[in-house]
Amino acid sequence: MPSAVTATATVRQQLLFLYLTHPNPTAPTIAWSLFDGTGQAERISGDADEPPYGSVLEAMKDGWRVMQVASQQPAYPGMEHRTAYLPFEFILERLVEMTDA
Amino acid sequence: MRKNALTSREMAQFVTHGFLRFDGIVPDHLNQAVLKEISEGRLDGVRYNQERQSFPEYFAQAPAYASIYDLPHVSRIVSSLVGPAPAIDHCALHSVYANTKHAQFWHADATIDPRTEAFDIQLYYFPHDTPLEAGGTLILPGSHYRRVHETTIARYQNIQGQVHMVCPAGTLLVAHHNLWHCSQPNRTANHRYMIKLRLNPTVPQTRLFDTSDLQDPEIPTILSTHHAWPGAEIRLEILQRIRLWRFLTQTDVDVELWLSRLENSPQARVHSHQ
Repeated sequence: MPSAVTATATVRQQLLFLYLTHPNPTAPTIAWSLFDGTGQAERISGDADEPPYGSVLEAMKDGWRVMQVASQQPAYPGMEHRTAYLPFEFILERLVEMTDA
Repeated sequence: MRKNALTSREMAQFVTHGFLRFDGIVPDHLNQAVLKEISEGRLDGVRYNQERQSFPEYFAQAPAYASIYDLPHVSRIVSSLVGPAPAIDHCALHSVYANTKHAQFWHADATIDPRTEAFDIQLYYFPHDTPLEAGGTLILPGSHYRRVHETTIARYQNIQGQVHMVCPAGTLLVAHHNLWHCSQPNRTANHRYMIKLRLNPTVPQTRLFDTSDLQDPEIPTILSTHHAWPGAEIRLEILQRIRLWRFLTQTDVDVELWLSRLENSPQARVHSHQ
């Protein structure tokens, strides 16, 4: 085994889900989730009452990259007034460089 | 202590928020008796009532817990929502061990439930004090009209308007079966218990409550409450509340014409005269 230790950079992904009041990225955040590939933040339901960002645009200004915006489909006939999941979901990512000594 | 059936105003709150909570409604001597039954394993597990046993039969091993529903004020709350002789669906003891760090995922207990004019109720009973650090159930007011299946909502971690059930011993949360919820970490040194009982109505759920205040001017305001989370879909939520309210009250009440304008079809009158 080599005795010398070489510093290497490893990239890990963080995923941030933001749910907005409407499909414009400047709309207020109503729900959120963070999944941290660095393993440094273990997030669970109910662990915060305030969102990390007030909108998707705010998160973009802090370096988050938008991977997916909310898609919009017309209501199925007969289902025009039915609701289910939070519809205005944006998925953002941030790549974090980790140094393993 | 309340003596009467639910009022129309309270029913409107149930229709809007999907639950009513009654803090400390069960007296302490019963709370203590139920905790003893829990410690003796008399309420363990999840028991589905396939045989459709009556309350005394189903709870033969836990008479103290069953007697909660004989309390006149509790009985009147239950009968206001699901009638005087509801059927037991199932009962489950929920235990969160001391020093538990994990939380449940958000979920609704129901499978996708397409009923619009009938609902079950779930009675969440907290037999001991439940401070925030004990992680009482987290609920989302107003989520009960959302047609989702179990943990298909598990991607969400936090939602604006979520409420932690922090409550004194003897509290009953009386909820629509489809209310979104999840248990929370218990950071105390003591086990946390909650007993959940699901009841099915056996009669049409119309005018089972006290309707003497049906004209309360506050009711339309309650029905049009904006929760923090529905955003642009709030009008769809209000439509569903109005539909259920109309069924419960057997009226054609509306709020700001939300439903009436959708029902307006002048061409139908033309056709009927032809």
